[in-house]
Parts: sequence; C-alpha cells; structure tokens
Amino acid sequence: MGSSVEELVNREYKYGFVTDIEQDTAPPGLSEETVRFISAKKNEPEWLLDWRLKAYRRWLEMDEPTWPNVSYPKIDFQAISYFSAPRNIKPLASLDEVDPKLLETYAKLGIPLNEQKMLSGVAVDAIFDSVSVGTTFKATLAKSGVIFCSFGEAVQEHPELVKQYLGSVVPASDNYYAALNSAVFSDGSFVYIPKGVRCPMELSTYFRINAANTGQFERTLIVADEGASVSYLEGCTAPKRDENQLHAAVVELIALDNSSIKYSTVQNWYAGDENGVGGIYNFVTKRGKAMRAAKISWTQVETGSAITWKYPSVILQGDDSVGEFYSVAVVNGMQQADTGTKMIHLGRNSRSTVVSKGISAGRGQNSYRGLVKIMPKAAGARNYTQCDSMLIGNRCGAHTFPYIDVQNMSSDVEHEASTSKIGEDQIFYCKQRGLNTENAISVIVNGFCKEVFRELPMEFAIEAQKLLGVSLEGSVG
Amino acid sequence: MGVAAHPVAPGESRGVAGSLVELAASPEFATGPDWLVALRRAGLDRFAEVGIPTSKNEEWRFTPVGPIGTVDWKAAGESEVVRPEDIAPYLFGHRDWPLLVIVDGVVDKSLSSLQLMPGGATFGSLAGAIAAGRPEVEAHLGRHASPDITPFGALNAALIADGAFLHVPADVVLTTPVQVLHVVTRGAHDAVVAPRVLAVLERGARASIIESFVTLADTRYFTNTCSESVLGANAWLEHVRVQREGSKAWHIGLSRVDQDRDSHYRSFTLNMGGKLARHDLHTRLNAPNIETLLYGLYLTKGEQLVDNHTTIFHDQPNCNSWEVYKGVLAEKSRAVFNGKVLVQPEAQKTDAKQTNRNLLLSDDAKVNTKPQLEIFADDVKCTHGATIGKLDEHQRYYMATRGIGGKTAQALLIWAFAAEVLMEVSVAPVREALEGVVRRQLDALIA
Repeated sequence: MGSSVEELVNREYKYGFVTDIEQDTAPPGLSEETVRFISAKKNEPEWLLDWRLKAYRRWLEMDEPTWPNVSYPKIDFQAISYFSAPRNIKPLASLDEVDPKLLETYAKLGIPLNEQKMLSGVAVDAIFDSVSVGTTFKATLAKSGVIFCSFGEAVQEHPELVKQYLGSVVPASDNYYAALNSAVFSDGSFVYIPKGVRCPMELSTYFRINAANTGQFERTLIVADEGASVSYLEGCTAPKRDENQLHAAVVELIALDNSSIKYSTVQNWYAGDENGVGGIYNFVTKRGKAMRAAKISWTQVETGSAITWKYPSVILQGDDSVGEFYSVAVVNGMQQADTGTKMIHLGRNSRSTVVSKGISAGRGQNSYRGLVKIMPKAAGARNYTQCDSMLIGNRCGAHTFPYIDVQNMSSDVEHEASTSKIGEDQIFYCKQRGLNTENAISVIVNGFCKEVFRELPMEFAIEAQKLLGVSLEGSVG
Repeated sequence: MGVAAHPVAPGESRGVAGSLVELAASPEFATGPDWLVALRRAGLDRFAEVGIPTSKNEEWRFTPVGPIGTVDWKAAGESEVVRPEDIAPYLFGHRDWPLLVIVDGVVDKSLSSLQLMPGGATFGSLAGAIAAGRPEVEAHLGRHASPDITPFGALNAALIADGAFLHVPADVVLTTPVQVLHVVTRGAHDAVVAPRVLAVLERGARASIIESFVTLADTRYFTNTCSESVLGANAWLEHVRVQREGSKAWHIGLSRVDQDRDSHYRSFTLNMGGKLARHDLHTRLNAPNIETLLYGLYLTKGEQLVDNHTTIFHDQPNCNSWEVYKGVLAEKSRAVFNGKVLVQPEAQKTDAKQTNRNLLLSDDAKVNTKPQLEIFADDVKCTHGATIGKLDEHQRYYMATRGIGGKTAQALLIWAFAAEVLMEVSVAPVREALEGVVRRQLDALIA
C-alpha cells in the first residue's frame, strides 16, 4: 500500500535495462567466481550465496542427462555468459529495424503495437507504460496483501519467505539443469498469496514489465497460503528475438492446505530454422507441491524451442489433493520435444488428471514421457491419463513413454493413448466448405487440442489457437 | 526423471556372472558343427561382455536379476527318474498329440511320443536335428534371436545343447497341436537349464505349439530359455506358453518371432510360477499384411515377480497387431509390464492396439507398467491403454443386488477378468484345461 508512484518509477529505473547493462555483463565461463559475481551483483545475503555455491558444487558432480529422446550437440557450459547476457541486446530505434518476418507473425497474432515493440526489443516508452500498467495493478494487489515482484526484490524485501520455500519443491540437487539454475539463476518472479485470499487478477510475467527480459536462468516461486488461490500466466505468445542457446529455468509452486494454483504457459521461443540451426534449448524443471485438499493445475502450450525438455509435475502430498496437467506440444521443422508430467501420489484420496496432445509435423519428433506413481499410503488415489498424438506428414515421429507405478490396491489408474493421422476426410470436408488446406488443418488441430485450450484463460486461449496456426504453417505440402 | 532410457553401454551393467561364464566356457560347448560352435562362442563373448544387467539398464529397471550373479551355478546333474504318471497332470489334450518331454534341459525319448508327423513335418529333439545336419536348423538357429538382443539370450546361445525342433513344410497343416513339456527335477538343483526351441513354418503351413515349464522338485534352479519362431508367407502359428515353475525358480525367457507376408501369429502366455519370471516376446513384422495377436495372463502371489516385456516391430505397411495382457496380483507380489510398439516410416496403415490391465488384491502388491509407442509413420492407428486398480464397486454392487455377495462375487468378477484373455486360446481342449489351472490359481490367490 505504501508503494507510491515515485517509488515505482525509481525502482523501474534502478532495474532498467539500459544504463546498467554494459557493466553487468559477466564474461563467458562458469566457476565459483561467476556464482559469487552474480550473487554480489544482486546484493544477496550470505545464506543465498552459500545455497548457490552448494548447488554449483553439486552440479559439478552431476552428469548431463542422456535419457531424453532428443539429440543435440554437447553444450559448452564455459562458452555461456551467465549474467545479463540476454539483456545485452541493443534496443532498436524503431519497429522499422525489426525483421519483417517477425512483424508479419505479430500481425497474424494480433499483438498490439506497444507489445510488439517490447517483444522485439524496441525501446518502449517504459516510464509511461510501466507506471500506467504498474501502478494500477500493484495497487489492486497490495490492497489484498498479495506479493508479486521480481525474485531479486523478494530476496531483499521478503527474505524469510524466500528462505523458507526456495528449493523446498525442487532441491538444488534435483537434476543437472535444476542444479545449474540454482547456482546461477539471474532473476524471475515471486508470488505470495496470503491466507484465504483469492488473487483479484490473473498474474503474468508480461505485466511485471521489469522482468520482460529475465533471461536464460529464471527462477519462479509461487506460494499460496492456506485457502488462497491464484492464476499465473507465463510466457509470451510471439517468437522472441532471442537466439540464446540454453534456457534452464526452475519453477516451484507451493499450495498449502485448501489453496489452489493454476499455472499457464504459452511457450514460443525461437525454434531454429528449417534445417535445425539455432533455436532455444528449453530445459526446464517445474514442480508443485499440493498439501491437504490443495489443487495445482499446469496448462502448457509448447510450440517453440528447438528442444523442449520439461515435465511440470505435482507432488500430491496432502490428503484429497488434486493435480492436473493439460498440455499441447507442437513440433514442426526440426524441433524436438520430450515433455510430459509426473504425478506423485502420497496423500489419501489424491486425484490427478493428465491430458496431453502432441502434434508432430515436418521432421519434428515429439515424445510424451510421464510418470504416475501411487505410493503405498495413498489409499483411494485416482489418476486418469489421456495422451493423444497427431502426425502430419511421414517424416515426423510421435512417441510415448508412460511409466505407471502403483503400490496399493485401493487406487485406480487409467492410461489411454492414441496416435493417428490428421483425417483426409476431415480436410476434404473443410475444403468443401471453402476453407483452404492450411485453415482446414488449423481448424482440425484446434479441435484436437480443445480439451487443453479450454483450460487456458480466455485471452491466452485465443492467442494459443492463432499461434498453433502459425506454428504449423508450411507443414502440409 | 532419473530414468535411463538408453541401453546401458557394454561394461557398465557388468554384474557378477562368473559361474555362468565358466559354465558356458566348458569344453562340451566346443563340440558339434562349426556354425554351432561359432554361435555358442558369439553368445559367450556377448554375455561375458554385458554380464547380468543391473537396474540402471532401462530394460531391467524394475526386475532385480542381480542375485542370479551371486549363485555358484553348475551344469545339471543326474536327473531323477521321471515316470509318465509324474508328468501326466501337466499334459494337455489327447494322448495321441505329439509330445516332447525335456527333462532338466535334455530330451527324454522314453517319455516323449513322437509318432510320424503328417506331410513330412518334423517334430523332435533339437540335438537330434543338429546331429542329423538339418539345413533348416543351421539356416535359422540364432539368426532370429541373435545373441546381441538380450544378455540372457546371449547366455542361452552360449549354452545351446538340446531343446525342441519343429519344421512344417509348405502348405502342410498340422491338425493336432504339438506339445513341449519342460520338466525340472531335483537333479537341477543350483543348475542352469537352458532349452532352446526352434519352430520353422514354411509358406502356408499351419501349427500350434503348447509349451509348458513345470517342476517336480521345489528347488533352486535357473531356467534360461529361448525360442525362435519363423513364419513363412501365409503361415499360421499359435504358441501357448504356460509357465508353472517352482517357487524358488528363476525363469528368464526370450521368444523371438519373425513373420513373412500374410502370416498370422498368435501367442498366449500364462505366468504363474517362479520366484522371478521374465519373458521377452518380440515379433517382427517383416512384410505387408501380417497379423500378430499377443495375449497374456499373470497370476502372482507371495513375493513373486512376473515381468513381461513385449516388442512389436511394425516394419512394413498394412499390418495389424493386437495385444492384451492382464494380471491379478495377491499378497506381496509384483508385476512389471513393458509393451513397445515401434512403427517404422514405411509401415503405413498400421493398426496396433495394446492393453495392459492389472487387478490388485492386496495393498502390498505392486505394478510397474510402461506401455510405449514409438511411431514414425503418419497414416496409422495406434492406441494403448493401461489400468491398475481394484474390482469395480459398481460391478460388486450389481452382483449384491442379485443376491451374490462377498467372496462369491469377488471370485466371479476376477474369473471374468482373467477369462477375457484365456478365451483367446484357440485349441479347445487346451483352453478348457487352462481354465481349470487358472481357476485353481485364482482360488489360491483369493484365499
């Protein structure tokens, strides 16, 4: 409530990306020094530096995972700059300097002009924008006691919350990329919804303007206290002008008793060109912990990235907790995706639903990899999994690797999967009614994905549908 | 996810397999025709290289076979005398069905009944066929289940001595099934029993094989078996495989099927014995218009572990595969199922359906199932489904409203669950006999 306009303006300046950029860029390479450098730049307390260093030392002992069904040249971790590298893009003077291909895509998606500028890295009149957007929503949030800020800010202003929950769902030692992220994460979002509060608006990274370019190693932490609820949207719906190679983020959700968290992602990072040159390696760890009667719902639309490797998961810790995973993953060109979810049932009568729709086109390879684990104490647990794949063209692939592990008799687990071709007769029917092939495919694919799209917040759902059309362009010859 | 989806590099999974390697290196396996000696040698080299797989190997992740490496295995000793009445309870169908009895891995001619087969077909001892220089044996043995497929397949190749051989010439139809009964006696205590089965059906041939694994002595032994079935164009083969080993037995089997165009293969496997039983069933659809049907049932109790791994290679267009595996698990038993369907880019118009259903009768029972599809062709219809759970409350309620309650309803519903796959055995006398076997085992599971 005390956040006045001036404070906000000043804060935006403090974290603005123009003046600070040059001096904040760390030279490429990774060592304990890099970790210390990042921590010092962010003026972090001692405990956080120790936590990072511990993660870094653990990372050194770990092996890069080779089990995903994807292939790529080995990453040289010493060639990456671990701090502010993504901010190093020189702001362009006007939209005229932006790649016309990108602009065309924006137009198709119907993205407003100011948003277009932001996405393509054109210097936006940040003060005007951020104040107008920033103040209105920050005031509304503050009224209900919701904390929504950058991770760096949270470390400074709410260290007790960060300390309590950081790494409590995804420990630093969880996996190779989570350990790397824990050591070098640059920034991200922090959300805390107090007891019994229903967050008055949908939160999204886009609104938190200062985080528009959080970069490769972001860290998100969302805590919903008892009885609270929140819906969080992540990502942008247009391709970013960002050619960085590795994107290793960690997202942790904590849903305390009777609370609910809905996390929606639309991911459309640069996918590389038709020959698979360039593009983002999206190696992300996302996991939530649901306590008694709490609910965590993941919805994702994955259309970008050269390689997607992520398994948004739920640990159903409390009795009567609920986990959901709705996913659409599209691969075209040379894209590869190995994605799915893990539902770990620990609480009695915990329930989970998994709906995954995979679409493969071009020379894309799409894998669903999932785990449903019902522990002995999770009596009466219930899981329903449906994963459907659609193939467009005969040079792509669709794969499913579902692991199901049940350890008590009172639980019910159902898994269904199907793979099929986009129907010739359906295309014929649409064409007969005056749609061209491309639009016909778009309509059919959207129907195929409907179960997932309807889980998305309204405006996201519309953009996701358009995005799907753009992603599948040229997939039918 | 901490999952090693790739096969472990040679050497990495090396277990203690010393006694097995020593056994396979004994001089008796260096005798016989050159091609056979070379095959055994390839098996031995391969097994010595990869060893006993550990849980780090994705294919063996849930099936701990490590203890096999800790036993000082030896060759089977003097077999106990087996009388016809000892094996009578384990035989199916009529007395006039051709029967091959293999005691502790070696064919017992006196127990077998090998009458003259119709149409020039051959059914008998594998050792006999090798000694007779049958060209089909040299042409096919080890060519389909080559030693590099699985570690234990390699071990079996290294230990090839005897087993069963069936050859059906073109367009010959065997109207009665042939029966192979593997019997283990006390002579096999701490021994490896490694029978090999080869079935070659030429173009348009038709046959049914009923293969059983039983024991007359509840002792520790290791059955490491391997079968190869080759179906020519338009051939028809049914393979019923009943595994009723002793409670201390380790059973590891590999069945490899190669099918040519327009052929039909159907398999029914019943697994209810053994301390640990693993069966790998691979069918390769090498040409268009093939049908393959795989049915399985596993009934486990105590601390048994039953593992079924199936792989269907859809290499060519217009083939259908249909797979249903069902399990009923009691007490502390465990079941593992892994069903792979691989559809190659050429295999357009593939229709593949796979189902795995499990019924848990105890809170201590566990199931690990992984139905897996890998698809590279677009014009296909592939589905898989898996369920794990308890009896449906609605069904029980329905029974209760009809005055059928408690144990009776439970027994009826479980029977119905198991019977669905059992019904697929096409040879009526065998199906009827198996019904009795399954009913008795289910009664034991429910009790």
